[in-house]
Amino acid sequence: MNIKEIQDDIIDEFSMFEDWMQRYEYMIELGKALPLIKEEYKTDDNVIKGCQSKVWVHADLEDNKLVFTADSDAIITKGIIAVLVRAFSNQKPQDIIDADTQFIDDIGLKEHLSPTRANGLVSMIKQIKLYAVAYQTQIAKPTSPQRGS
Amino acid sequence: MIHTVLDILKIREDFPILKRKVNGKPLVYFDNAATSQTPQYVIDVIVDYYSNYNANIHRGVHALSQEATDKYEEARIKVQTHFNAAHSHEIILTSGTTHAINIVANGFSSLLKKGDEILVSAMEHHSNIVPWQMLCERTGAIMKVIPMSLDGELLMDKYHALLSEKTKLVFCNHVSNALGTINPIKEIIDAAHAVGAAVLIDGAQAAPHIIADVQALDADFYTVSAHKICGPTGVGFLYGKEAWLNTLPPYQGGGEMIAEVTFEKTTYAGLPHKFEAGTPNICGGIAMGAGLDYMNSIGFDAIAAYEHELLEYATDKLLQIEGLKIYGTSKNKTAVISFNVGIIHPYDIGTILDKLGIAVRTGHHCAQPIMEFFQIPGTVRASFSFYNTKEEIDVLVEGVKRAKAMLE
Repeated sequence: MNIKEIQDDIIDEFSMFEDWMQRYEYMIELGKALPLIKEEYKTDDNVIKGCQSKVWVHADLEDNKLVFTADSDAIITKGIIAVLVRAFSNQKPQDIIDADTQFIDDIGLKEHLSPTRANGLVSMIKQIKLYAVAYQTQIAKPTSPQRGS
Repeated sequence: MIHTVLDILKIREDFPILKRKVNGKPLVYFDNAATSQTPQYVIDVIVDYYSNYNANIHRGVHALSQEATDKYEEARIKVQTHFNAAHSHEIILTSGTTHAINIVANGFSSLLKKGDEILVSAMEHHSNIVPWQMLCERTGAIMKVIPMSLDGELLMDKYHALLSEKTKLVFCNHVSNALGTINPIKEIIDAAHAVGAAVLIDGAQAAPHIIADVQALDADFYTVSAHKICGPTGVGFLYGKEAWLNTLPPYQGGGEMIAEVTFEKTTYAGLPHKFEAGTPNICGGIAMGAGLDYMNSIGFDAIAAYEHELLEYATDKLLQIEGLKIYGTSKNKTAVISFNVGIIHPYDIGTILDKLGIAVRTGHHCAQPIMEFFQIPGTVRASFSFYNTKEEIDVLVEGVKRAKAMLE
């Protein structure tokens, strides 16, 4: 599935919930299934700067696709990063760079986009995109000139 | 059981914001230690200023300027009277507590030398730590910390042991923002004076609950922000003893703070204008005075008694929740409860409470050293005001239980 299809799936799932509590409970469940970052990558340097909860994200390149792992010390934040990892993991860097993030609004997480929100959703997306840019640059070096799309 | 003399339902009518809903639920506002809400009386004063006499002060010869100046100076006198300063020119109107502390920290740059010592309490807000660290970097002075106990009380024997003839300045909050502890500032001030050190008391968290008498305390400096006392944000004051304010050099240069300016030399204006460069927050200053008037119309004794009742009620109810731990358990504290539930991250609880219309603070409360002391990432902080009710505390308790059920 491409990013758009996964995002549409996520939107469908969240649309089944009638109230915020069910949405949050589902997000907490997603958090529990998050592919966890290796402890060795949970360093202070890898912390995404948010004011309140700590979030770590790591990316590995496998078959020219990025595989994300992550963790957070707060459960809701862990659910949020799990949603993002699901939407962007196993995708080509260029596709991640090009992807839009409208689905965040569609599943009712828009409130977490405000810069004052301490979970730093904006920073998480930025970090995921930065990984994609970094690996895209690596892929695009002379040995493998074609651009993923 | 004590029964309050205040008519809380009538008082709540004074605060339009308390009628609003958040996420479809009636607002329960328990973030009063960050910002108090604004009564209609103060809102009216703000509207009246911009509707009827908005003008720059101290300079204009026209009627509006004169009216604005009179009201602004009246506000200064209201502050002076409330805090019992000896002179109105000892009240420097500032943008808030942080600005006030920076005036003093900057002023001491020229008075300290390498090896001098300054003492700061372990439970300070960042705004009462960072300016002094910067002062130490500029002067070579050394900062030492007055430690605290697990109850969140300063270890006074350690404090007395830290004091010496090298001590030049002591900083302490009157009330801790993160823990609510009321510090023994009279003892702190007297002991500092005995070794010749000056004392700055950050009164931001005390002002909504306690009337500080700066003369009786013999404080050298005392700082307050208006938004803690039913006034607007972006305004506050520095109280300083006249002799100290005359000794300290001005903080910022600009208009208002001068006597005469030539390109060769400027002579500074007298107090308080020496520290009030530029056009101040005129409306804010006037509204700060109105906030004090409003709170005095209710009465600080009644406020303190009622808030204590809320504190005891909430402490009792919250402690019935299994795994809930309160940080800051001094017997002498204001209506602030900082807590965690088990190992649940405070951010998670705050997020769920917000969904239920309950406003609390989560995080380190700009007091990271306290969180480090307790080895926690932060706390959930519920802080009560005289317009809160026990019914609202019940809503909080149910909210915490619900959050716990979801998050465990």
